[in-house]
Amino acid sequence: MATPSQPPGFLFTTLAKGVNWARTRSMWPATFGLACCAIEMMATGAAHNDLARFGMEVFRASPRQADLMIVAGRVSQKMAPVLRQVYDQMPEPKWVISMGACASTGGMFNNYALVQGVDQIVPVDMYVPGCPPGPQSLMHGILSLQEKIMSGEIIRPIVRI
Amino acid sequence: MSETPDHTTGPVQTSITELSEDALVSGGVDEEQPDLHDVWISGTEEPAWITDATDEGAQEILSDLSDSALAVQRGTVISDDYVIDDTADEEERQIINLGPQHPSTHGVLRLQLELEGETIRRVKPIIGYLHTGMEKTAESLTFLQGATNVTRMDYLAPFHNELCYSLAVEQLLGVEIPPRAQAIRVLMSELNRISSHLLWLATQGMDIGAISMMLYGWREREAVLSFFEQVTGLRMNHDYIRPGGVAADLPDGWEEEVADLLVAIPEGVDEYEEILNENPIFIDRTQGVGVITREECLAFGVSGPIARASGVDWDLRKAFPYSGIDRYTFEVPTGTHGDVWDRYLVRMEEIRQSLGIVSQVLESMPPGDYRTEDRKVTPPPRQRINESMEALIHHFKVFTEGFKVPEGEVWQSVESPRGELGMYLVSKGEAKPWRLHVRAPSFAAVQALPMMLTDSLVADMIATLASTDPVLGDVDR
Amino acid sequence: MTKAIFQTESSGFESGPIEELRSNHPEVTFKLFEPIAGPVQHVATVEVDRLVEFVSSAKDTGFAMFVDLCGVDYLRRDPRFEVVITLLSIDPPERLRIEVPVPAAAPVLPSISGIFAGANFYERETFDLFGIEFSDHPDLTRILLPDDWEGHPLRKDYSVGSVPVQFKEAYKTT
Repeated sequence: MATPSQPPGFLFTTLAKGVNWARTRSMWPATFGLACCAIEMMATGAAHNDLARFGMEVFRASPRQADLMIVAGRVSQKMAPVLRQVYDQMPEPKWVISMGACASTGGMFNNYALVQGVDQIVPVDMYVPGCPPGPQSLMHGILSLQEKIMSGEIIRPIVRI
Repeated sequence: MSETPDHTTGPVQTSITELSEDALVSGGVDEEQPDLHDVWISGTEEPAWITDATDEGAQEILSDLSDSALAVQRGTVISDDYVIDDTADEEERQIINLGPQHPSTHGVLRLQLELEGETIRRVKPIIGYLHTGMEKTAESLTFLQGATNVTRMDYLAPFHNELCYSLAVEQLLGVEIPPRAQAIRVLMSELNRISSHLLWLATQGMDIGAISMMLYGWREREAVLSFFEQVTGLRMNHDYIRPGGVAADLPDGWEEEVADLLVAIPEGVDEYEEILNENPIFIDRTQGVGVITREECLAFGVSGPIARASGVDWDLRKAFPYSGIDRYTFEVPTGTHGDVWDRYLVRMEEIRQSLGIVSQVLESMPPGDYRTEDRKVTPPPRQRINESMEALIHHFKVFTEGFKVPEGEVWQSVESPRGELGMYLVSKGEAKPWRLHVRAPSFAAVQALPMMLTDSLVADMIATLASTDPVLGDVDR
Repeated sequence: MTKAIFQTESSGFESGPIEELRSNHPEVTFKLFEPIAGPVQHVATVEVDRLVEFVSSAKDTGFAMFVDLCGVDYLRRDPRFEVVITLLSIDPPERLRIEVPVPAAAPVLPSISGIFAGANFYERETFDLFGIEFSDHPDLTRILLPDDWEGHPLRKDYSVGSVPVQFKEAYKTT
C-alpha cells in the first residue's frame, strides 16, 4: 500500500486523542462492591456479559492500581469515610461511576443510616440508573464514560481560589 | 559485557562465553566434584547425576525415612511447632484488619485478626458498614410496599425475604392463599435457592483460587436469572411475592423455560463435581478447615447448610412447613465433620433436592388464581376497573393508603439458602407495621466466625469465610 | 375468613418441652397464638428479674437453639420497651417466644449471653438501636452504627432522618 509519496508506518493524531484513547482502553476498576449492585457488577465481569471486551475486566483489589471506582451499592454513614479514603488512595487520573439508585441518590432508603448520594463524598463522573442496574446498563454507563473521556481534556485545570 | 560488576554478587568472574562446550557437558569447571546444577544440553551425553544424596527440593524419597518424616517431606502433614503461649510478648502479636474494603469478604465485612505468626489467635468481626436502616424504613411503608423494602436485605435470596414477609403479614391478616400462588412461591423460592448456591460455589471457588469456578457458576446462574427476569421483570430485588399472593401470573411458555433449566443446571452441577470432587487442591484447602461443632451451631443460632454440615438434621421446610412445601418430597442432606468440605457437599446436594422440588412443581402446577380473592388485600381485576368507579377508587386506595392489618405480634421464618430467616412483625391495627425485626441467618453466621477461625491459619480464613456464605446486606440490614 | 386468635390458656401439647416448662414455672404467663397458616406460637411473658433463671431452665428443658433477640418500642405504653427472645427446640420441633417488658425509666435487663453465646451480637444490636442496656454483657458497644453516633434510631421518638429531596428545576419560593 505504501507509495513513495506516502511513507509507511506513520499515524497522525493529536496528543490529547492519543492519551485519551490509551486511558479509555485500559481502564481498571477498583472492586468497591457494597450491596446488591456489586452482584450485578460481578455479573458484568463474568462469562455471560464479559466486560473484558472493553479491556476492563481487571478488577483491582488495591485502589492504588485502579483508575475507576464503581460505587456499587448503598453507602452508609459508617462506610462513607472508608469510601473517601479509598478514593484518595487511587492515583490520578481517576473516575467514579455511581452505580444504582442508592449510590446516586440514596434510593428508596431516605433515612438516618445512608448517605443520600455518593456525590456528597466523591466527585461522580457518571450515574447509572436502576435498582440494581443490569449488566447492560452498567456497560452503557462505562461506554458513556469512555466517550466522555475521549472528548475531554487530558489535564485537569488547576483552579486557584 | 562480561566485566560489568553485579551489584548483588560482586564482580562476575567467569562469563558464559568463556566456558567451552566441554566444560558445560562435563559439569562445570571441576571434574571431580560435579555440581548439582549441571546443565545438560540435549543431544550430548547425559552427565552422571547425583541421585542419592540430594537435599535440594527433596525430589528423591529416601528409603531410610520413617513414615512420619516421609509425610512431612511430602507435605501431607504440617507439623505445627507453635506452642500456645498466653504470656507471649505483645510484640509477637500483630493485629491485622481485613476489610471493610477487601475482595474476599463478600461485601463490607471487617475482621480484626490478632495473629501470632501465621496463626490466628483472635477474631473480632466488625459489622455495620452496610447498615441501611431498613427496619426503620419498614415502619414508614405500608404492608403492601414492605415487600419492596425487605427484598433488598438478602440480595442473593430476594424471594425468600419477600416470602417470609408476606407469610408474616398473612398470618395476621388471615387470608387464604390459593394453591397456584403457593406453588408459584415454592417454584420461585427454590429456584432462588439454586441461584444463590451457584453464586456461593462461584465465589468459594474464586476465593481459594479456582477462577474457572467463578465463570462456570455465573453461567448457570444467568440462566436462572433470565427466567426470573421473564417472570418478574427484574433480575434481582423482584418485589414479586406480596401479601396476598404474587404480583403476576407466570408468563406463557414458562413450562419450557423451567424444563430447560432442569436440563441445564444438573449438567452444570455434574461438571462442577467432576472438577472439584477429586481436585487435590480443593480437597486440601477445604477438608478439616473451619470446623464448627453441632453444639456451637445451636448456641450461636447458626442454621442452614452450615448447621446441617455439622450434623444438625434441621430444615424449616420439614419442621414448620410453609406455603405448601410439605406436598413435595425432598431430602435434607446432612454432613458430619462441620468443615468447609462438608458444607460444599451439603450445598451441592441441596441444589439437586431443589431441582427435584422444581420438577415436582412443574408437573403439578395447579390452575386457578395467582392471588387471593380477598378484596381487602387484592385490588379489583382490570375488567372491573374499566367498568366501575368504585372499583377504581378501591384500586387506588389499596395502593396508596394500603390496608389495615389486625393487631398482633407474629414470628415467621423460612429456610433461606443461608439458614433460618425469621421476621418478627408487630402490627397495631394500622396500615403500616409498628415494628419489623429481621432475624438474619448471616448475622448469626458472622457472629460464629471466631469459633471457626480461632487457632487456624491465615490462609484458611478466606476459605472458611467464603463457606459461611455471608451476605452483608443481610447482616447489617 | 377466619381470624387469628390469641388464647391465654395453652393447649395443643400434652407433653413436650412447653408443658414441662409450664409446670416448672407456674408464675410465668403462657399465651398461645394460633395463626391461620403456620404453626401455633407459644409466648411466655417473663419479668426482668426472673429472665436468666427462666432462660436457663428453658435451655435445660430442650430449647437448645438460640434464634433471636430483639427489642420493640411501644411508645406511650407502660412499660415502654419489650425485649423478645426466640428459642427453638429441635426435637420435637417447637418454638418458644419470651417477651420481657422493660420500663423506660431503667431500660436494663440481665444479659443472657452467658447461657447462649449467640445472644452477644443480638444484645449489642438491641443496645445500639434501642438503648436498652444488658448488665454483665462482655462487650456492650455499638455494633451497626458508628461509635460516635448519638441517639438510638429505632426508638419511636427518633426521627427517620430523611432528607428532603431537592430538584434542580424546582420552583423557588424566595
